[in-house]
Amino acid sequence: MNTTETTYTPEQIWSFLEEVTDPEIPVLNIVEMGIVRRIDLEKDGVVVRITPTYSGCPAMHAIEMEIHNKLREKGVEPFQVKTDYSETWTTDWMTEEAKRKLKEYGIAPPGKKGEEDDVLKGLRKTKIIPCPYCDSLETELQSEFGSTACKSQYYCHSCEEPFEHFKCI
Amino acid sequence: MSTLDKTPVKRDEILFEYLVRLADDRLILGQRLSEWSGHGPELEEDLALANIALDMIGHASGLYTYAAEIEGEGRDEDDLAYFRDDIDFKNFQMLEQPKGDLAYTIARQFLFSLYSYLLYMELKDADDEQFAGLASKHLKEIRYHLRHSREWVLRLGDGTEESHRRIQDAFDDIWMYTGELFEMDEVDKKAAEEGFGADLAKLRKPWKEHVDEVLDEATLTVPDDNQYMASGGRTGFHTEHLGHMLAQMQFLRRSYPDAEWT
Repeated sequence: MNTTETTYTPEQIWSFLEEVTDPEIPVLNIVEMGIVRRIDLEKDGVVVRITPTYSGCPAMHAIEMEIHNKLREKGVEPFQVKTDYSETWTTDWMTEEAKRKLKEYGIAPPGKKGEEDDVLKGLRKTKIIPCPYCDSLETELQSEFGSTACKSQYYCHSCEEPFEHFKCI
Repeated sequence: MSTLDKTPVKRDEILFEYLVRLADDRLILGQRLSEWSGHGPELEEDLALANIALDMIGHASGLYTYAAEIEGEGRDEDDLAYFRDDIDFKNFQMLEQPKGDLAYTIARQFLFSLYSYLLYMELKDADDEQFAGLASKHLKEIRYHLRHSREWVLRLGDGTEESHRRIQDAFDDIWMYTGELFEMDEVDKKAAEEGFGADLAKLRKPWKEHVDEVLDEATLTVPDDNQYMASGGRTGFHTEHLGHMLAQMQFLRRSYPDAEWT
C-alpha cells in the first residue's frame, strides 16, 4: 500500500469527485447532487464527508465504493470516507446545473423546498409538476414512489408520456 | 442475552434502549413490507411498497448503528438485527402481524406512518445532535409514507363495495394493537426526562383526530377504543408471528455468521 502523504489540494480532490456519477441517474455527479459535503486534509490523510440522500438508498453503498475506486485510481492516499448525518440532505443542495441536466434527461427536477406544507392538511391535494418533455401543467400523479425512493411517477395528459419527478425533500 | 430484566439507568443506557426500540419497529415493519415484492396488485404499488420497505430498513440501520456506537461493546447494526431473539425485540405487536391483504397492509401503514410522523416531529428536536439529525432525515421520508397510505385508505374506503369492506375489516382487526403505541413505560419516561424522548401519551389526541378525519372522508367507521387492547411488545412479549418471521430473516446470517459480501 502506498503510504506517502497525498500532495493533492482539496480543490483537486473536489474535481476528481465530479467524475463520480450517481449509478441510478448517470447524468449527475455526486458533487452537484450535494452528496459530498466536505473534504478536509487531516493529519491521518484526506477525509471525505458524504451525506446520504435517502436513508434506505441502495445507491449510497455503490457511491461510497465509487469514491474509493476514484481516489485510489488518482493515487490519493491515505483517505477515509465518512458518512455525516449532522445536516439533513435536501434537494435544495442540488445545483441549478444539476436540475437542468435532470430535466434534459427526462426527469422533472425538484422545485425549491421553501415552506414544507403541513402533511396533515389537504387530504386530496397534490402538487402540480410540469412535464419535463413538453412543459405542460396537465400532469397527474400516478404514484408517490417510482423506480427509486427519490422519484415519484407522473403522467402527462398533453404529450401522453409517463415521466418521473425527483421529489423535493 | 435477554435485556428483559435490565432497566436502564444511565443516560447512555436509556438512549441505547430507546434507539433499539425505534429500530426494531422499523426493521420488523420493513421486513413485513418486503414480503410484497413481486406480489403487489400493480407494478406501481409493488415498487411503492418495496421503496417504503427500503426506507424502513434504512431507518432501522441508522438507529441500530448509532445505538451500537452508544453501547460501545463492539456490536454493529447486523449484530442487533440478526443475533437477538424474539424476546429481545421491542417492536410493537402491530408491526409483526402478517401482511394480510393489501387493505390490511395499507391500514397498518396509515396508522403507523401517522404515528411516526407525529413522533418524529418531536424527535427532530431531541437533545442529542446525532439522534435529532437521524430523526429529521427520516421525517422527510415519513411524510411520503403517510401521503401514500392515506391516499390508499381514501381510495379503498370510498371505492367499491369489496374494497370498502376489506379496508373496514382491516381497521377493525388491527385496532386492538393501537393502544400500545401511546403507552409510556419507565424507559419512555426517562428518555423524555433526558430530553431525547417524546411524550407518547400526548400524541394520542392529534393522531386520533387525523384518523377520524381520514376515515370519515373515506366513508369508514372508526373502531371503538373501548375494546381489548394488546400490549407487551416493548417488554419483549410478542405474538406467535414474530418468531416465525425472525427464523426466516435471521437464518442465513446465523448459519454463516462471519460471511461477508464480496
